[in-house]
Order: sequence, then structure tokens, then C-alpha cells
Amino acid sequence: MINFEFFLEILFPSLIEGFIMTAKLVFWSIPIGLVMGIVVAVGRVYGNTLISFFSKLYIIFFRGTPLLIQLFILYYGFPSIGIYLSPFTSAVIGFVLCSSAYHAEYIRGAIQSVKSGQLLAAQALGMSKLSAVWNIILPQALRRAIPGCSNEIIYLIKYSSLAYMVTCIELTGAGKIVASRYFTYTEVFLVVGAIYLAIVSLATKVLNILEERLSFPGWENKR
Amino acid sequence: MVIYQALPYLLQGIVTTLSLVLSAMILGFIIGVPLSVGQVYGSKWVKKSIGIYVWFFRGLPILVLLFLFYYGLFSMIGLNLSAFISAVLVLGLRSSAYQTQIFRGSMQSLGQGQLLAAQSLGMSKGKAIWNIILPQALRISIPGWSNEYPAMLTESAVTYAIGVMEVLTRGNFIASRTYRPMPIYLTCALIFILLSYIGMKLLHMLEEKVRIPGFEE
Amino acid sequence: MKHEKELLLQVKDIHKSFSGKEVLKGVSFDVYKGETKVVIGPSGTGKSTLLRCINQLTFPDKGTVWLRNQEVTHHNLKEINHFRQKIGMVFQDFNLFDHLDAVRNVEIALIKVKGMKKEEARGKAIFELKRVGLERKAMFYPAQLSGGQKQRVSIARALAMDPEVMLFDEPTSALDPELIGEVLGVMQKLAREGMTMIVVTHEMGFARSVADEIIFLERGKLLESGPPEKLFQNPKYERTKKFLFKLTELYGDVNRKK
Repeated sequence: MINFEFFLEILFPSLIEGFIMTAKLVFWSIPIGLVMGIVVAVGRVYGNTLISFFSKLYIIFFRGTPLLIQLFILYYGFPSIGIYLSPFTSAVIGFVLCSSAYHAEYIRGAIQSVKSGQLLAAQALGMSKLSAVWNIILPQALRRAIPGCSNEIIYLIKYSSLAYMVTCIELTGAGKIVASRYFTYTEVFLVVGAIYLAIVSLATKVLNILEERLSFPGWENKR
Repeated sequence: MVIYQALPYLLQGIVTTLSLVLSAMILGFIIGVPLSVGQVYGSKWVKKSIGIYVWFFRGLPILVLLFLFYYGLFSMIGLNLSAFISAVLVLGLRSSAYQTQIFRGSMQSLGQGQLLAAQSLGMSKGKAIWNIILPQALRISIPGWSNEYPAMLTESAVTYAIGVMEVLTRGNFIASRTYRPMPIYLTCALIFILLSYIGMKLLHMLEEKVRIPGFEE
Repeated sequence: MKHEKELLLQVKDIHKSFSGKEVLKGVSFDVYKGETKVVIGPSGTGKSTLLRCINQLTFPDKGTVWLRNQEVTHHNLKEINHFRQKIGMVFQDFNLFDHLDAVRNVEIALIKVKGMKKEEARGKAIFELKRVGLERKAMFYPAQLSGGQKQRVSIARALAMDPEVMLFDEPTSALDPELIGEVLGVMQKLAREGMTMIVVTHEMGFARSVADEIIFLERGKLLESGPPEKLFQNPKYERTKKFLFKLTELYGDVNRKK
């Protein structure tokens, strides 16, 4: 049966280490993934034929294939062509590429929903296209993309667990190691599950507050 | 070429993957529809419980759910299920949580009017939901529901972790024996993209067939 | 309506086609400093396209545009932006930047395009808002403004760049009737102050009282042009007469209240 000692001396220390790794993975992947998503989306919408085409391919590949395959290619596949990535680096690169493709789709939709007249007005004032996109289109598009992008961020927190599959020991991996050694899968994973639920609920609340903070009057009508 | 030799073995994986995905989606549908009806028309207590169910299955990573159920809960209850069946159950339950939200949205978008009209004709609430609400709500849900397919397809690869012999698992197996991971993994990736593309095309055709004229907003 | 005979803008033989259909078939005219030109014509005759060819938001297939003897057409993007600063445009749909309040809408181009310092830009923006009568709405967002107020802000935004000529593309067509007056009032004020303006509009009262010259554009061609009295009383073509009559019927002949 479950021993209280087990929790304190064995499980929690491992889980805390694992949690720290999860936090590291997430804190690197989320911002970089978001920025990449913006770049790809802008390339897709405003780029010339070549850039737009490659952006489209990028999005199709990283959304249409399982994240796990992407991770395996980075960690197990690349060595065969001479590129050696650490488990952590492979995981972060994989998360960034995958999440950026999803972000790009949300942001693309948001950009296209901003009335084209605004771009015209900005150009009529003498702004270059780049300046107009940066100062006028993106501030609005990014706000509109918040629901979708928040969704993707929550997903990232959850699929960070896949880092374990390329030997980067985060929360889930730490749990699995303890559970398989002591054969206490149910107990361990109920705890691990509870931790994820707490993180996800907290993150959802934070993102909702962020969305409210960023809205400007008239925001509601635009959605 | 390595790929050519590996293909038959990989293609068997496609059967597994597709059965997994389709079974899970159907399971998700069978559970999801009643749950969504409960969420929209049920009592406060019913709504709360379903809410917790949804929160649980949407809030946990798939990997954690698989480990929890396959290695943990199922053995605890004494259930000796294969990896494949466990995967279908876990993915199905998780999908039901997402599908609940899709159907709930559709039903709510129909508005109060439909139910009121049906009841005023003398239908019981149950009859009204079955005959009037659901047929419309399910049609509206098709686009959202179709999105479950590519999502489920890419998530099915995670079942590698509990040993389900789907495409990625088989690919990994070959890669470790032939020491040629890149072509194998890229082929697997291509297989997934093709499965996704073909599936979506079929779903779009279904959507066209079932469309009610003039119903789009 | 005084005007010096200083040639400011020249439009020479503009042609433009969209998907095989020729919308502008060789339009030419001159605009003098301080002049108010009004362009009228049936819908779809390319009036908006004509204005957009002037500030290069649309590139004409053939023809040239000259501002003070410098060619505006046939340039790279950087140089076009330089010209656009000198040509102000007011759109039918206002096209205000929704995420910025009124004063920031007016000052943003000053900061980002002209490189002005924030305090200086703010001062200029408030000045222009005063000019259109909206200094009290400076902190309001577009969603909180009425249609007429939005259009006045967009006029202020264009004026802030100190343009040499202002282009108005059906500025009141998207407004509720009771709001049209406030916008026309601002435009009349600008004309009196000596701004060079090209206005595409259906507002006949405005045209008659403010225009120095009216241009009638029909099916992509400049059919007739001349001072208001001439066009209204003694037009050369029967079609001109018919069109003016129809418009006067629809939109009224009376000078709008300010």
C-alpha cells in the first residue's frame, strides 16, 4: 500500500526535478515558438510567391505530422547526417517548430480578418508596407489571435511531456521512472496528473487576464 | 532502397493507425453526444460533473493519460487489456471531452427557439432533443468534428509509448535495425500527411452531402 | 474661392484595366494651387481608381502624374512613400486604426514616417484635431466615435502630414444623413483656407458652392469639365445634364447646414 514516506523521500524530489525541467522547456519554447509563428504568418500573407509557398509547406508539414516524429527526426535522425543535438535542445527545437506552425495559422487568420482598408490608409500616409504591418496590422492581428494562440500555448504545456520520449527527463518522465522502479503507476500518475491540471488551470487563468488587459474599446465587436 | 523494403511492414501500421483513430473518434462520438446534451439541458449537478470530466480529460497530457490507465488503473482493477484496446479507450475518452465542447457549441448556437417550438407542439424534452435539436446540431458540428480527425491522427503516434504497433512504432523498429533513421522517419511523416489529406477530403465530401440548403449563417 | 494660377498637380492620360476591363481610358487634367476640384460620375466609372492612381495606391497601366513638375509615377517604393506624404487621402470607409485612440491615429504617421519626436507630434496632432473640431475627443477610440467624428479624425490624420493636395474619396457616402453636414463643413473650411483638394462626391450642394471646377467622368473618360455654373446651367452634353439632374433630385440642391 502507499507509504507516506515514499511520497516525501522518493517521489516528490524526483517530481520537483522533473517539474523544473518542464518549466525550462516551456519557458524557452513558448516565446520562441510564438515569435516564429508571427514570422511564418507574415511571410505567408505578405511574402512574395517563393516565401509564401515555403511558409505554406512549413505549416503543412509541422501541423500534418505527429510531434513525436518531428522529435525523433531531430534526436535520432539528425546524428546520421552529422548533427548531434542534446535531448533538451531537440525537444525545444521540436516544440518551437511544431507550435510555430499552429500559431502561424491562427495569426494568418487574424491578419486576414483585419480590414484591408487600414493597410491602405497607412500606406496613403507614406508608411512603407513593413512599417504599416508592424505598427498597424500586427497589433490588431495579434490581439485577435490571442484565443487561438493561448489554446496552442496550453497544448504546448501538455505536450512538453513528449520530451521524455527523447530522453529529456521532465515531469512525466520523472514520474515514469519512479513508477516503474517501485511499481506504483496509479499513485504516481495521479499525482503527476494533478500537477498538470494545476499548471494548465493556472496558465488558462493567466492567459484570460492577459487577453482582457490587451483589449481596447470596440474590441468586442471585432471578434 | 531501404524504404522500398520497409514499406509493407509500415503499411500494416497504417491499418493499425486508422483503426485506432476511427475507433477512438467513434467512441468519442458515442460518449460525447449524450454528455453534451447533459451539459446544455441537464441539471446543475449534471452540468458540474460533466464539466469536471471535460476538465480532467482535456487538462492532462495524452502521455500521462496513457501511462495512468494502461500501466496503472487498468491493472489495478484487474483489467488485462492489450495496448491497442487501452489506447482506443484512452483516446476515445479524451476525444469525447473535446467533442462534447463541439456539440455543446452547436446546440447553443441553435438557440432556445427550436426547443420551445417543439415543446409547444407537445413533444417531451427528450423527444424534442432527439428529433429536432440533434439532427441540426450534428450537421452544424461536422466542420468542427472533422478537425478532430487530423488532431487524432497526429496524437495516435504517442501510443508508441505503450507499444501500440502503429506507423511510428514500426518505423522506429525498422530504423533501429537498419541504422537509416532519416529516410524511414521522413517516410512515416509522409504517410501521416497523406492519411491526413485523404481523410480531410473524404470528410469534406461528407459535409457537402449532408448540408442543409440555406442553413449557413 | 481664390486660386493662384500655380500649377500643382498634373494628371496625364491615365489608363487602368482590371481583369481585362478598362476602367480608366485616358484621363487628363490639371490642378492649380488652392483649387477645389470635384469629380462626379456614375458608380463604377473609376473615380476611386483615379484618385488611387494619383497617390500610387494603384499603379496606372499607362500615363503619368506630376506633382510640382516632379513625376510621381514610375518610382521605387521608397520614393513613392516620399510623395505620399505630400498627398493626403480621405477614404469612404474612414479606415481609422482601430487599436489607437484619436490623437494617436493622427500622430502615428508623424512619428513613424516623418520621424518627429513624440511631444512635437502630439502637439501637432492636437492642433489638427482642433482644426476639425474634435480636440475634446482626442482620447476616444474609433469604436466610441460617430461616423462623422471618425471621418473628421481621418481628415485630421491626413492634414497632420501637411500635404500639398488632399484627395477625398466619397467622404460622406458611408455616413448617416444627419452626420454629413459636419464633415462637409470641415471640407468647406479647408477650401476657404486655401487647401488644394480633389473631391469625389455625390453631394451637389457642396459641389456647387465650393468647387472651382467640376469634372464629369463617364465610363472611364473625362466627358466634360468646367466651373459649376457652366455645368449646371449650360452643359455641353445631354448626359451631363441628365446626370446632374438625377443627383440633384436624390441629394438635394440646398447648401448643407454646418
